[in-house]
This record gives sequence, C-alpha cells and structure tokens, in this order.
Amino acid sequence: MLQIKNLHANINGKEILKGLDLTVRPGEIHAIMGPNGAGKSTLASVLTGNQAFEVTKGEVTFYGKNLLELSPENRSHEGIFLSFQYPVEIPGVSMVNFMRSALNEHRKYKNLEPLSATDFLRTMREKKELVEMDNKLANRSVNEGFSGGEKKRNEIFQMAMLDPRLSILDETDSGLDIDALRIVANGVNKLKRPDNASIVITHYQRLLDYIVPDFVHVLYNGRIVKSGGKELAYELEERGYDWIKKEVEEAP
Amino acid sequence: MSSNILDQVTQSDYKYGFTTDIETDIIPIGLSEEVVRLISAKKNEPEWMLEFRLKAYRHWLTMKLPTWAHLTIPDIDYQSIAYYAAPRKNAPQSLDEVDPELLKTFEKLGIPLEERMSLSGMAVDAVMDSVSVKTTFKDSLAEMGIIFCSFSEAVEHHPDLVQKYMSSVVPYTDNFFATLNCAVFSDGSFVYIPKGVRCPMELSTYFRINAINTGQFERTLIIADEDSYVSYLEGCTAPMRDENQLHAAIVEIVAMKNAQVKYSTVQNWYPGDKNGKGGIYNFVTKRGICKGDNSKISWTQVETGSAITWKYPSCILLGDNSSAEFYSVAVTNHHQQADTGTKMLHIGKNTSSHILSKGISAGQSHNSYRGLVRINPKAENARNFSQCDSLLLGDKCGAHTFPYLEVNNDSAIVEHEATTSKINEDQIFYCNQRGISTENAVGLIVNGYAKEVLNQLPMEFAVEAQKLLQITLEGSVG
Repeated sequence: MLQIKNLHANINGKEILKGLDLTVRPGEIHAIMGPNGAGKSTLASVLTGNQAFEVTKGEVTFYGKNLLELSPENRSHEGIFLSFQYPVEIPGVSMVNFMRSALNEHRKYKNLEPLSATDFLRTMREKKELVEMDNKLANRSVNEGFSGGEKKRNEIFQMAMLDPRLSILDETDSGLDIDALRIVANGVNKLKRPDNASIVITHYQRLLDYIVPDFVHVLYNGRIVKSGGKELAYELEERGYDWIKKEVEEAP
Repeated sequence: MSSNILDQVTQSDYKYGFTTDIETDIIPIGLSEEVVRLISAKKNEPEWMLEFRLKAYRHWLTMKLPTWAHLTIPDIDYQSIAYYAAPRKNAPQSLDEVDPELLKTFEKLGIPLEERMSLSGMAVDAVMDSVSVKTTFKDSLAEMGIIFCSFSEAVEHHPDLVQKYMSSVVPYTDNFFATLNCAVFSDGSFVYIPKGVRCPMELSTYFRINAINTGQFERTLIIADEDSYVSYLEGCTAPMRDENQLHAAIVEIVAMKNAQVKYSTVQNWYPGDKNGKGGIYNFVTKRGICKGDNSKISWTQVETGSAITWKYPSCILLGDNSSAEFYSVAVTNHHQQADTGTKMLHIGKNTSSHILSKGISAGQSHNSYRGLVRINPKAENARNFSQCDSLLLGDKCGAHTFPYLEVNNDSAIVEHEATTSKINEDQIFYCNQRGISTENAVGLIVNGYAKEVLNQLPMEFAVEAQKLLQITLEGSVG
C-alpha cells in the first residue's frame, strides 16, 4: 500500500531524511526504532504533509497515488492517520463537534451523505468503549486539560472513529504508565485487520510487548540501516544503538 | 513559516455587495442649515422636530472629531456626502405597492417582507437608505398595543411618545457623531411595548445602504413599559464600493420597572476590500437606561463588517436591582479597524452588570476593546464582572484592551479578566490531519471561541452569525 523510495527531507534547510526506503503491505505492523534525532518523527510529519518539512527528493506512493501531491486533509481522507506524539489542545471546540466535522469531511470525500446525529452518536459510543474512554472526555474541548494518558487514549479513539488504512503511531508510548499503555495497545490491536497496516514509531521496546510487529527497522542518520523481525527489538533493548552506529560508520 | 502561509490570504466574496437599480430621490451633497431644513421638509416634520435638528446642527458646528479611539480615521469631508436618499416610490400602503425591485433586494438578503412567507415569527422593518420601505406584522402587533413602525411614522402618529423619550438617553450634545445624527437623521425604527405585554415575536430592523455617496443616519427608539418584554434584532449590509460611506446611527432603549429588553445586532456592513479600499465607516451611539427597578437590558453584538467600527453599546443602571449585559464578538480582517466595547454606569442600589467581549483579529487589522465600569457613590452593592478575550490569527494584526474602572463605593465588587490567544499552525495541522480543511478548522476554532456570545443570539440569528464568522475569516490563516 505504501512505498517510500529514496526520500530526502529538510526542516529549516537542515537535511533530516537522507534517502529513506520503506514498503508497507496490508496487514503488516512495522516498528521504526532509532536513537534521538534519527528522523523518526520527521518521517511521520512528511508522510502526513506537515508543511514545516520540505521534501527535496524521492517518491512516496500510497495505493499507487503520489502522496506528496496531496494536501494534509486529503491524505487523511485517503486513509492515513497519525497518532501525534504531542496532541494539540483546541480550546472551545468540543470533541463531538470536532469528530463530527472530521467524519463528515471524510464521507464527503467518498461522496457519502453526512452521518445523521443518531448514527454519529452511536458510532462515538461504540468507539469510546473500545479505548475505555470516559464519557466526560468526549464532552470536553479537544485535548484541553487532558492528562498525558488521556490525550494518547483520545488519539486512539479518533483512530477508531476514522478507521484508517494506514495508521502511524508516533511515540504513542511516551509519557504513559503501564495501565494506560495496555489500554492504548489493546485499542490498536482490536483495530488491526488484514486490510490495514500500522507504522509504530518508538524509542523503547516496551510498547512492542503489547503491539507485536512483523518488521522492525532501525532508523539512523536519516536512513533505515537495519531491518529484521521482532527479535531485533530485543537485541536493541539489550545492546543499545551504539553497535549499529558503529556498523554504519564502518560500512564501505 | 506562518507568514508564508498567511501570504496566501485570499479575499472571500462579500455576498451582499450587489446594488439595486432603482429610481432614487437623492438630495445634493453637502451639509448646511438649508440641508437640515430640506430633510425635515421632505419628511413633513412638525416644527418641534425641525427645531431639534437645528439645535443639534448648530451645536455640531462647535464640535471636533474625537481622537481618543485606537483608530486611524481618515479625514471625512462632510460636504461631499448626500444626507438624504430615498427610493422614489415611497410609503406604500400594502405590499403590492412596494417596488418589486425593492422586494427582490430584501428577498436576496433573506429578509421576508411578505407576512405569509414568514415562518420564523419575526416582524421586520426594512430600511433602505434614508427611509423605511416596509414594516411587517404592524397590524397584528397593534392589537396587543405594541407600536412597531418607522421612526417617521412615530413622529407623525405618536408625537407625545417621541417627544418624551427621544434624546432622553443620548442627549443631542452627546458626541460628535450622535450630534450629527440628531441634525440629519433620516429614518429608523420605533418600538413601544405597553405595560405588562410580552412581545410575542422577535422585532427586527434591517438596514440597507444602496445609493452611492450617501450617508446613512438612522435612529431607533425602543421603550419597554413596566413589566414588559421585547427581543429586538438588527441587521445591516451595503454594496461594495470603492469609496467609503458614513453610517452614524443612534439607538436608545428605555426599560421601565420590571421590563426586559434584549437587543441583538449582526453588523455586516461592507468592510472594504483586502487592500483596505472602500467600506463603511460605522460610528454608532447605542445606549439604554434601566430606568425602573428590576429592569434589565441585554446587548448582544456580532461585529464583522465595516472598515472602521466605533461603537460602545452602554447601559445606565438607574433603577434599584437593575441589571445589564453586554456580549460581543468583534471580528476584523484585512485592514479593518474596530474600537468597540461598552459602558456600564451603576447608579441604583444592588445593580449588576456582566461584560463578555471576544475579539478576533486577522490580516493587518486592529481590534480594540474599550470599556468603562463606573460605580457611583450611592450605588450600594454593585456588581460587575468583565471578561475580555482576544484571539489572533497570524502575526500582522493587533488586539488591544482598554478597560477603565471607576469605583466610588466600597461595597462594590468588580472583577476583570482578560486573555489573549492565538490560532497556531499546530492546531490547524492537527485538524487537517483528521481530514478537516483549513477553512473549516478556522471556522470550528473561531466558533468555539465565540460560542458563549453566539449562544445569546436568537436561534435564526445564531446560525447566520456562525456562518458569517467563518466567511469573514475565510483564507485568513493557512
């Protein structure tokens, strides 16, 4: 579904991604790991069309479409979802209004009628249960005054609502205690189907105990330098990243 | 990055910018005692009204344009304005006699002038340029003793009420623009709600400027007698023109014992183009007096139009236990300037006032809140709560807050809160990532921000105002 070839990207003139390749097929879970500053979050931003980043080279296709030509909202409509590392607060905008606007713009893109209020609220209720989200949160403004764990849970709730084909989880485990981590991971696992895929960006192996990846990639210095199965994550946990850095630097 | 995106600002269409091609009776431009007499003569006014106008005109000659507002007001040449313009087919007795062009105009604006077409339970006084075109539901309201008519008709048929209350809240010497209005005012609406009557429908006036080079100077007078209630709405639009047009109105409200008046405005005069060319200069004096005990006046305004807005709907809290509210959303985009707020003058005992002001600035605009809360020495146990919030879109606009407090009685409790916030790129991107377009994201955020004020508006108006906020800000943030 997703093909990234030789992707280069800058922020403020500084090159962060330096020729990244990645292929994701339906039904797969890819974990992207790597030291700080390797370009993990940049990859998430570039895939979702954050204008702070400039793509200088390479191509990205999503189901055959040139993703880089699409606006951020159209990428969302095409089924790409990002669970933000730092979800933004939007005061005054209720979760209900926010989700309803989002869902209806998705439906409009697919030439569907807007959802009736009853159907919408029913969907909200179902998906809330999936991530064990408090009813009260849904009536509050988007992320306003939410705790770290509530914000992450809210991301997974929105993911459930929008039912993406490709979800990108950017450091979803950061700032979560073990219970919150379990709830969030359960949500993600319940949403997994043979026709959708996930890219899980994480610094630690911890999350991968709950969300089991098919592939683990190590991102270092703007490139994927090593790929393997889930056992690679354990090796990284044990040995750190230094041996990989060394391998890369010693390579001809 | 943000300025980059802001440069992509596009001008949204002002959808009320059309002109009506209609025969207009317009007097030559210029202002003099002759012109004041001519206006009075055109309207067949009684001698006392002419005297009032002349008194005001002579006083106006001694006055200077106030300079305290945070506005850059270009020189206005008062001799280049026509002070009276009226559609030629005037004073129709029934709808059949109203010029079809006029009917079409108001239809286009969404203002129902046919009573059987009106499902919203709203009575309308439609004013084009200097005259009232049509007032609906006049007869059925009259059965309850309610007077709802044009100001000119009130002068003719209810001179006692007009003489008693006109200028009793805003004296003819009040300020430069109010005094000018007293000299040359054309038409407007008049409302009288008798004792113990609860007005069964929303009353509304719709003001439309059509003629070129004219100023609009209307005045509205609302009197709510003891134990009565009325909700009143005001809307306004104007064609898109390159030159500026002057609008200087007066609204006076009198609330007697136990009476309650709710006054809502959606101000959408032509704001000028994105380069700041054209637009209405909106200099308005609005004031109410809570004359009797337990009376209440509530102002709600949504200000989106005009090149310059200078407007402070105020309240004199004279009666004991009287209360007043001011809810405002003021939006400025491109080169618009707004200096708006309120004055709450506490005189009676146990009086209370509540101010909620939400400013939204975009483009290169300037948006100021200016408010005065004065507690007189004898105003025991007065209460005031003021909240003034500013929302900025982009980094080329300005938001300013000028709160003035004068507390002369120790028993008063006066509170003031102010916040400034910004819509940032991260919020927009977050919405985009969920599939919400930038236009809709700004609309969601702005409407969420203004919610508390919009909730004060009558239903039909609230929906309209929500759309208006979104249209006004279209393309102002990337």
